[in-house]
Amino acid sequence: MKARTRWDVVCMVEDLVPESGIAVWTEDGPVAVFYLPHRLPALFAVSHTDPFSGANVLARGITGDLKGEPVVASPLYKQHFSLRTGICLEDESVRLKTYPVLLDGNRIRLEIPATQQQTQAA
Amino acid sequence: MSKKTLIVIGNGMVGHHFLEQFAASPAATEYDVLVFGEEKQLAYDRVHLSEYFSGSTHADLAMGTADWYTDHHITLKLGEPVLTIDRDGKTVTTPAGQYPYDELVLATGSYPFVPPIEGNDNEHCFVYRTLDDLDAIRASASNAKTGVVVGGGLLGLEAANALKSLGLEAHVVEFAPRLMPVQLDADGGAVLRGKIEELGVRVHTEKATTAIVDGETARLRMNFSDGEFLETDLIVFSAGIRPQDTLARESELEVGERGGIVVNNQCTTSDPHIHAIGECALWNQRIFGLVAPGYTMARTLSAVLNGDGDAAFTGADMSTKLKLLGVDVGSIGDAHGQTAGARNIRYNDEQAGHYRRMVVSSDGKKLLGAILVGDNSYYDTLLQYALNGIDLPESAESLILPESQGGAPALGADALPDTASICSCHNVTKGDICGAIDAGCSDLGGIKAETKASTGCGGCAALLKNVVDSELEKRGVEVSKDICEHFPYSRQELFHLVKVNGIRTFRTLISQYGKGHGCDICKPTVGSILATCWNEHILATDHVPLQDTNDTFMANMQKNGTYSIVPRIPGGEITPDKLIVLGQVAKEYDLYTKITGGQRVDLFGATLSQLPEIWEKLIAAGFETGHAYGKSLRTVKSCVGSTWCRYGVQDSVGMAIFLENRYKGLRAPHKVKMAVSGCTRECAEAQSKDIGVIATENGWNLYVCGNGGMRPRHADLFVTDLSDEELIRTIDRVLMFYVRTADRLQRTSVWMENLEGGLDYLKEVVLEDSLGIGAELEEHMEGLVGTYQCEWKTAVEDPEKRKRFREFVNAPEKADPVQQWTTERDQRRPVLESA
Ligand SMILES: Cc1cc2nc3c(=O)[nH]c(=O)nc-3n(C[C@H](O)[C@H](O)[C@H](O)COP(=O)(O)OP(=O)(O)OC[C@H]3O[C@@H](n4cnc5c(N)ncnc54)[C@H](O)[C@@H]3O)c2cc1C
Ligand code: SF4
Ligand code: SF4
Ligand code: FES
Repeated sequence: MKARTRWDVVCMVEDLVPESGIAVWTEDGPVAVFYLPHRLPALFAVSHTDPFSGANVLARGITGDLKGEPVVASPLYKQHFSLRTGICLEDESVRLKTYPVLLDGNRIRLEIPATQQQTQAA
Repeated sequence: MSKKTLIVIGNGMVGHHFLEQFAASPAATEYDVLVFGEEKQLAYDRVHLSEYFSGSTHADLAMGTADWYTDHHITLKLGEPVLTIDRDGKTVTTPAGQYPYDELVLATGSYPFVPPIEGNDNEHCFVYRTLDDLDAIRASASNAKTGVVVGGGLLGLEAANALKSLGLEAHVVEFAPRLMPVQLDADGGAVLRGKIEELGVRVHTEKATTAIVDGETARLRMNFSDGEFLETDLIVFSAGIRPQDTLARESELEVGERGGIVVNNQCTTSDPHIHAIGECALWNQRIFGLVAPGYTMARTLSAVLNGDGDAAFTGADMSTKLKLLGVDVGSIGDAHGQTAGARNIRYNDEQAGHYRRMVVSSDGKKLLGAILVGDNSYYDTLLQYALNGIDLPESAESLILPESQGGAPALGADALPDTASICSCHNVTKGDICGAIDAGCSDLGGIKAETKASTGCGGCAALLKNVVDSELEKRGVEVSKDICEHFPYSRQELFHLVKVNGIRTFRTLISQYGKGHGCDICKPTVGSILATCWNEHILATDHVPLQDTNDTFMANMQKNGTYSIVPRIPGGEITPDKLIVLGQVAKEYDLYTKITGGQRVDLFGATLSQLPEIWEKLIAAGFETGHAYGKSLRTVKSCVGSTWCRYGVQDSVGMAIFLENRYKGLRAPHKVKMAVSGCTRECAEAQSKDIGVIATENGWNLYVCGNGGMRPRHADLFVTDLSDEELIRTIDRVLMFYVRTADRLQRTSVWMENLEGGLDYLKEVVLEDSLGIGAELEEHMEGLVGTYQCEWKTAVEDPEKRKRFREFVNAPEKADPVQQWTTERDQRRPVLESA
């Protein structure tokens, strides 16, 4: 059975910070949403949890690009994560969860996979 | 097998260098080593003896430590002179006893020659050779007005400068018709004299002193053979040195007619078990009164004692380059043109006080020697031509003409042969440097560590860098200073681009001078440059994405994603009321509280959303941000100083608070720490800081470029006895020059070490304003001081900025679930083993 997913509104356009990230709380846990106005697409969403420290901090990292790949650098131990694939550039075996993100009017929506509990409850 | 005994007599510069070489050699295990020194201090850097008058201590000048001797099992007996040598019994005798030896090394140096003048034993007559001599001179000068140096040679002029620095009216009395007769010719001497008299030192040439008697207007009167006289309060004899060969004479070793212990190429005397090195040794009828040849002898002897049959001392170059009373003087090779057929090329600009002379071979092809007065920038090139026998260019005179008159560019590092000596202190050739590069060293730091080049007097720094850069380039190693893939520029170059083109945003800079979108290397760097240039709030919209999280949220992120808060406590002085507020705030938010090494209080465990509330409370109580998160001034640590401490001579707390308030908020390539001590006891540990200030009776001594941390470094004494205003102006310049020219994440120490010319260059720029930018640096600093704002105050007052501090923008009440806590020693601490 294919898990049901939902497009949740997580914030408004004015909450975003250009060239940087913000954190939102979702059913799937904390997610970092980045807005890079000089790229297309300009919105990215990845897990807010830094896999190396376990701390919820990735939205507070510095964004940029390395060899053309859009990345965020962990503010704790400075590893770089691709914003497209979630893969860690320094250690490809580590990968962040990524979320499809879209702009709906002035609302930002994330596609959140339904959690186990919800599926059961449904 | 029982060990043999090696005895070294003399613990001076050369004796110590010999021990360093020998201790590191295989033969060290075969000998018990015993050292006797007549002076009571451990070997010290006599070359820089005069710095003792400008604040350096024996510890600063010392060449090694007592621990080093212990670690290498060397028995050191200081203040115990050797009185006799019994060559047949192979023993030496001191006032304390008799000691047998198998091999004996004489490193007894030399003693100052005091001309046989009636009255030369007066209690106010001195020589200039040891720390004890300088102590005696200082004591005598404390209630004197004038001082005379007898002898206008290299050391005499240095002594005259020292007298001047002690506040005396200084005179130099020279027997010859000119100053520095050994190194200079008549014209050079005249130019030097002019320059030195300009500086207020009175020069009397062609004067022979006949007697020293009681004076009428001063303590002493010197009578001259021409009937004239000069009154003075003290006299320093600097009329040449004589090899200390008494022990050798008395034990009937072969000595030279005019003194000196005769040695062969292996530095061995007429007794095969006795060796001599340094200024006491006479090689090929020559005495070497400089330290570098002594070091070469030391290395040779160490090799000889290790059974190296090829080791030989083959003479040494006596060229010298120095600054005497601030005047450049250089003398190379056959400066007087004594080689048969030698020809001269001269350049003389009396107006500017510049004199240069080249001595060239009869065919005009080779440089034999040279004299420089007034400008030593020509020295390195000329020395390389002379030492390496490189063919002179067609119009050889271009080597000494000023550049505006068609002067030649410096000799490229490429033109030097592999045998060219680059660093004479440590005997490093261009070949050695190439070898180190081929063995894998790929930067200046590595090559210095590997070859020791440029770690002695530092005179070769510029040349070394040229050779290294050119060799690296030849091997196709790109000597890249680019900060990252987005900008083909160094931090310093970016600073320049921003400043000159008035660029105010990262976007403009990267679109005009870079490529891509930036990264976590270039963004904070540019953020810091923009802050220094324009001093806008770091949370201005354009700047937010440039900052490291700590700068963005103006707090230090800890391992669980919470932050620590460090309010500024200038100079570590805090009122009880403020201290209570800190306690109340910490209690309310359950913050773990710890005192920092910089005399302030660190509050740990605040969440992102708590930061603005906490700061509102702190600001209301009069606190400001402490910039603990930024690459900027941290703290100015201080001791209580003259207000409370019975030893204090200045108000160190007052000065620390002033400095901290002046430089707070200044964005720099790395963090900057300072400290102020109220006296030389140095309770504030100022010498481990980027900027260290130590109070003196007359003002403040300034130390620069020290640090603690991973690679601790003592700060260097920069300038002494400054007034408050002078101190601040000097710090303004040093800091601003650092901020403008350092590389990303380069602390002041590394920055200074990487400046071509190091500390001396920094002194020139800051103290002598050699680049003519002093006023500009001060003005820039003044502007920054004037536009300072507490970033936290601006942030809490601005609702838009406060929005940034929401932990989850769609769930303001949500607590971060990974932040789990436990209690330890009565305070809250994080549990975070997951991940
Ligand atoms: C003010 C000044 C500035 C100088 N500037 C320069 C410069 O710019 N460049 C340069 O190259 N050189 C310079 N020199 C010279 C340099 O200091 C000497 O070349 C160097 O110190 C020689 O080293 P040494 O070990 O042979 O002698 P020293 O350093 O003099 O050491 C000899 C030691 O042996 C001890 N000794 C003597 N007899 C006995 C005994 N019987 N028993 C036990 N111990 C004994 C002495 O007390 C002394 O400590 C300068 C010297 C002075 C004084
Ligand atoms: S440095 Fe001097 S003034 Fe300051 S506390 Fe120590 S002894 Fe007192
Ligand atoms: S010494 Fe190490 S553990 Fe201690 S604060 Fe510094 S970085 Fe952290
Ligand atoms: S020549 Fe003195 S350090 Fe190199």
